[in-house]
Amino acid sequence: MYRYSEFDESFVRTRVKEFRGQVERRISGALTEEEFKPLRLKNGLYLQLHAYMLRVAIPYGTLDGRQMRQLAMIAESWDKGYGHFTTRQNIQYNWPRLAEVPDILDALADVSMHAIQTSGNCIRNVTADHFSGASADEIEDPRPTAELLRQWSTDHPEFQYLPRKFKIAVTGSPNDRAVTRAHDIGLRMVPGEAGEVGYEVLVGGGLGRTPMIGKVVREFLPKEDLLPYIEAILRVYNLFGRRDNKYKARIKILVHETGLDELKARIEAEFKARKALFPGVDPELQAKIESSFAPPKFDRQPASAYYKRLVTDAAFRTWSQTNVAPHKVGEYGIVTVSLKPVGGTPGDATADQMRAVAGLAEKFGHDEIRVSHEQNLILPHVRKADIPAVYDGLLAASLATANIGLVSDIIACPGMDYCALATARSIPIAQEIAKRFDELALEKEIGPLKIKISGCINACGHHHVGHIGILGLDRAGVENYQVTLGGDATENAAIGTRAGPGFSAEALMPALERLIDSYLDVRESPDETFIEAFRRLGPAPFTAAMYSDRARRAA
Amino acid sequence: MARKFKPKVVTSNHLMEGDAIYLAEDGGWTREFAEARLFAEPADAEKALAEADRQRDIHVGAYLADAEFGPDGRPRPTHFREEFRTRGPSNYFHGKQAEA
Repeated sequence: MYRYSEFDESFVRTRVKEFRGQVERRISGALTEEEFKPLRLKNGLYLQLHAYMLRVAIPYGTLDGRQMRQLAMIAESWDKGYGHFTTRQNIQYNWPRLAEVPDILDALADVSMHAIQTSGNCIRNVTADHFSGASADEIEDPRPTAELLRQWSTDHPEFQYLPRKFKIAVTGSPNDRAVTRAHDIGLRMVPGEAGEVGYEVLVGGGLGRTPMIGKVVREFLPKEDLLPYIEAILRVYNLFGRRDNKYKARIKILVHETGLDELKARIEAEFKARKALFPGVDPELQAKIESSFAPPKFDRQPASAYYKRLVTDAAFRTWSQTNVAPHKVGEYGIVTVSLKPVGGTPGDATADQMRAVAGLAEKFGHDEIRVSHEQNLILPHVRKADIPAVYDGLLAASLATANIGLVSDIIACPGMDYCALATARSIPIAQEIAKRFDELALEKEIGPLKIKISGCINACGHHHVGHIGILGLDRAGVENYQVTLGGDATENAAIGTRAGPGFSAEALMPALERLIDSYLDVRESPDETFIEAFRRLGPAPFTAAMYSDRARRAA
Repeated sequence: MARKFKPKVVTSNHLMEGDAIYLAEDGGWTREFAEARLFAEPADAEKALAEADRQRDIHVGAYLADAEFGPDGRPRPTHFREEFRTRGPSNYFHGKQAEA
């Protein structure tokens, strides 16, 4: 895995030292909040409802056991013993005290981590497929690309004051697990005519108050052109993106208002000019980055212990069916560690749980851990022969919930339990849904279903691309939940459509139950998933069920 | 017609811990909503907020929040957001609810 160079190391240490001085000056009164706020945001420090919140980047969601142990140590030493993994492959600490934040940043720097560019109008943490380097369907590991982009974007002087924040995601698989179509730039690795790998470049995707699916600006971009081309996009955005209205400042609005063809022309013109000045990627640097993502040495140990346990242990079999994905090496599996226990907080892990995962990764997983945008953890390389031991370890740490991709594997933003921007709570809704379907013992019967919950219009909980999306709003001083149906976060990305009027917190769960019941009624067979049934039938039968308790409303 | 003015408290977040604080009767800050000073007149509320804004090395981001007198005669919030700020999150017993 990528290790900090001396340059990275000294850059991060310098920033911590600088921030320590800024915090001291804020506390002494030498800096006002107006002066301090942009400085703290550049270092990932937010002020939330009850406390500060520190957002730590986990570039492309990759970390090792040592880093995970340090995150656990930080949670115990400076927070309340847990951390929250987010939809952007970050970890957030909800209770840091201002004076101690520089110490936390120093502890992060000790393990090559930081909180730089996790906020503000700059290029944010570059995200990637959480199965990178492991999945059977992968064309190429997207992480060297993501690391190159991280190095290029960190403190890039031209792109520190963009019109708005800017998010880039990369996938190396045709099955898009990185939601590339809902990012400012999405990069999909695709094979070229001669079999060489390049990128399909998508621009202008995004959720928030104006959800949009990204559009293809380049069908095939040769690898060596990546940086000048991305710079060209950013430059066009920096020059023409709207700065007059915060809500129209993302690149998706520029794409929408300019038109794809005109924008493409501007990007290509800019690219031509940049490319002429660009000496090309330093092959030594490129090779160094790529070698740091070299796959571990896979061996071919027989997997008989795994298959035996599948036969003899029904609980293990159930967990294995949902939480183990095919690895590119047949004798291995990709283990997803669910951070969605029934009734728990989606994405939260205690310090003990973090250490348990670190230990399992070190012992059985080539010391690799991933964080997914779906707020789970991944052990990407586990010998099938070791999966029973990993399962036992997860069981002991209360981490063996068998629900990946099912109704209780819910994405939920922190919502109004923590977030100062939220208009309603998300976490209690997620907890209630998981508990209810657990009581009904319907989860397996329902099958694959993605529920995503946001506590405000900014859509951190990706509700627009949930098969069932839930948006929490404040309606005249009461929490109210709007439901969207038919969204999709994959390569078939789609924005869900609003089902109808919102529900009170009390009315939401019964409506969701009617919705799910109607799906179970109308599906052609147990193999037809919710989203497939929705695509076949459209929203009508589902919304009819949801609102069947109400008097008929005008459309 | 102008909307009827709802009584207000001045609230902010403490600089060091970041938790919710309120301007108290004695002009200092309290961590208890019930100990906040309730302003029934818009001009008084605005004046208090402006004064609070000058104490920038104590707190961050002061604003006026709607409030009313509860049955015990002490101020209480009227909106759920402010109510949550008096307690802490609903998923863990953390924040003010755990400190009381």
